[in-house]
Amino acid sequence: MKVGVVTFPGSNGDMDCIHVLEQIPGCEPELIWHKSTDLLSADALVLPGGFAHGDYLRGGAIARFSPVMREVARFAGAGRPVLGICNGFQVLTEAGLLPGALHRNQHILFRCAWVHVRVESNASPWLAGAQSGQVLKVAVAHGQGNYYADQDTLRGMHAREQVALRYSDTAGRISADSNHNGSVLSIAGVTNEAGNVLGMMPHPERSADPLLGSADGRVVFESLVHSLIGVAS
Amino acid sequence: MSVWLGRVTVVLKASVNDPQGLAVLDGLHAMGYSEVEQVRVGKHIDVRLEADNAEQAEQRLHQMCEALLANTLIESYTVEVGAPEEAAR
Repeated sequence: MKVGVVTFPGSNGDMDCIHVLEQIPGCEPELIWHKSTDLLSADALVLPGGFAHGDYLRGGAIARFSPVMREVARFAGAGRPVLGICNGFQVLTEAGLLPGALHRNQHILFRCAWVHVRVESNASPWLAGAQSGQVLKVAVAHGQGNYYADQDTLRGMHAREQVALRYSDTAGRISADSNHNGSVLSIAGVTNEAGNVLGMMPHPERSADPLLGSADGRVVFESLVHSLIGVAS
Repeated sequence: MSVWLGRVTVVLKASVNDPQGLAVLDGLHAMGYSEVEQVRVGKHIDVRLEADNAEQAEQRLHQMCEALLANTLIESYTVEVGAPEEAAR
């Protein structure tokens, strides 16, 4: 199973994604340069973290005009799995492939830390192996992860189970204290209506090795393999 | 066809929290400007462009704002077009 990892100028999580995907049985990761329009027959795509195109204007704003993005949109529209991590999440919202927007953290600080997120919905192929209500310890590193969507959008997302991950404490309780960046409803990750596109601010690829502090993020990549193999067989 | 100067101002919508504005407000208060009630931080973008007339320049700038310069989910924008001779300066 091929997983394409898109590299934009300024991406910095691409090789971390490759490193982790290489360890997941069944995964063959490959880098795709942002100027390419050939997705290398990938079965799934990852848009990694970083500062694509310098984050000029807004995070993800310029990256969405990279040539590869037209193919990413087509791929997502066909119901195939796309994951946006951190800056990749910003790119997907700017491209209109995910609802809402990400703006500056409420406390203005760049936050690099371990946080906990609660799985709200495991409907996405990227979270199918996680239990709803499960708490994951994951790394965050961002200055603009403050999720915003208006009330009508949030109502629709809630009804369609598009809220995938929310910041919580270790026990899964959600409060202002565990909402480390000011996101509306403590939202850390959302999906599109069909569920095949997931965007999340935390870094599952930097939370995939117990030596680094947590392996909870592996569930994202393992879920993908199980979902796709399940679909194929 | 003349060259026009478009002045685009992008600000966060009133309904969206502005952490930068709040930080600047705190800073001004700390410096003793206690009369300051609110600060909102936005962006100013100058765009020089060719157009047949001011209306056409403005229309193109609006398209650019919708497409890229502003994220209209969280931001609003205004466009002003200066006189062509102003742009030539």
